[in-house]
Amino acid sequence: MTRYSALNLFQKSRDGHKGWPEAWRKPAPKSSYDIVIVGGGGHGLATAYYLAKNYGINNIAVLEKGWIGGGNTGRNTTIIRSNYLWNESAHLYELSLKLYEKLSQELNFNIMLSQRGVINLAHSQSEMHEVTRRVSAIRLNGIDSEVLTPDQIKSLIPIINLSSKSRYPILGGSIQRRGGVARHDAVAWGFARAADNLGIDIIENCEVLSVSTSNGIVRSLETTRGCIGAKKFGFVVSGHSSVLAEKAGFRLPICSQPLQALVSEPLKPFFDVVLMSGTVHVYLSQSDKGELVLGAGTDKYNSYSQRGSLSVIEEMMSASLELFPILSRLKVMRMWGRIVDICPDASPIIGNTPLRNLYINCGWGTGGFKATPGSGYVFAHNIATGEPHNLAAPFSLDRFAKGKLIDEHGAAAVAH
Amino acid sequence: MLNIPCPWCGLRSEVEFSSGGESEVIRPLDPLKKSDHEWSDYLFNRTNKKGWHVERWYHIHGCRKWFHIERNTITHEIRSSWPITEKHPEGNLSVSYSDREQ
Repeated sequence: MTRYSALNLFQKSRDGHKGWPEAWRKPAPKSSYDIVIVGGGGHGLATAYYLAKNYGINNIAVLEKGWIGGGNTGRNTTIIRSNYLWNESAHLYELSLKLYEKLSQELNFNIMLSQRGVINLAHSQSEMHEVTRRVSAIRLNGIDSEVLTPDQIKSLIPIINLSSKSRYPILGGSIQRRGGVARHDAVAWGFARAADNLGIDIIENCEVLSVSTSNGIVRSLETTRGCIGAKKFGFVVSGHSSVLAEKAGFRLPICSQPLQALVSEPLKPFFDVVLMSGTVHVYLSQSDKGELVLGAGTDKYNSYSQRGSLSVIEEMMSASLELFPILSRLKVMRMWGRIVDICPDASPIIGNTPLRNLYINCGWGTGGFKATPGSGYVFAHNIATGEPHNLAAPFSLDRFAKGKLIDEHGAAAVAH
Repeated sequence: MLNIPCPWCGLRSEVEFSSGGESEVIRPLDPLKKSDHEWSDYLFNRTNKKGWHVERWYHIHGCRKWFHIERNTITHEIRSSWPITEKHPEGNLSVSYSDREQ
């Protein structure tokens, strides 16, 4: 692997940047591996990377039905934070945030992590009480979080509309200063390149057609690029988890729904935090290119179409204008939808399945990007040892039968 | 944006409706006899089909009646709708309250 460095960049610039090698190989699939990960999104690639790095297992394939960075990893609003209410979630997302803080160095790939602060707004007295409770709970878990007054919010975001005549006036909020954004493509590419460097085969354009099982274990996968066997399998396919689980013969408590976002035309820098409001329902930040990145809610029906209804976008736009009347003439440049896998308790499923050598990591719903490295880290432990990682144990599939749900609908900060 | 055919009001915009999820979810009549796994299967597990999907909708800002539709989750095409208490018009789908286990 050619290391990326300032010196290397300078040397390659002298011949017009023609000498860069490909970031990862394009190998043909072998007939069998030690471990096969289905799903080449951020979570699948991170799983493969930590399996190789932490457990020394290199004979791994990551199967991706499209191309690397083409799924939900490249279709989100890139927000990273760990300000979750319940202990189980807080510890998991905090692990992920800590891994993110060192990820550019570790992967030798600039993921452009910008810890610019994530602000959640409160628009009513009861919301202020809830914000105060959450901030206290988050701080008890050793995670940074502060309550903000309207004046403090105004000093961080001068263009915000604090008028008491608003339909939903701003009474205060909270901030996690270590939260922020990262470049989503770079996270996928960085993990792919680092995993490839450790000998892992990344196989693109390879869709799983059927799952061959016998005596309670998975034998092999029939794919569009041939039959691939392995000792252990991991499914990390977000919106298509139910489809793959059905092929393997079990059911999941997941609904696949569209989640939309859009970017505006580029503007000069004027907005240097991430802002979220659950009541008026929008979350937004400004990208390095100057575009405003705005996230909407989910459509309330099942879909696999990667597009949603305009009414959801209209709601999100009216919310943005409520907060920032100055944006009324802003033009939209691109909009997109992604298919998210939503669990009844809005928490992920990480762990064992009814099949002994098959492990599943799904249900991240509307907030998977922020968890990418942490999810891979704990899932790699699960696959390598056969037992759930301490931090992931509460997120097992059997929590639904046990009634031990981890209700994080509120902690999504915006209600999806 | 979906245009949803309400069996009573005709084709109306999606914003008038709320989605009730899969029609195939039918509450067991004898919950106390079910194991935790069977009960959680009813409560939480879903087929979450890719393709033709039979689902319940509620015309909350219209006639306020429930009904079934058959909708493709890839193309969003809707090919039939029928009242909540009736069987599918072509009779090939057994999702109706009258089909509850006795």
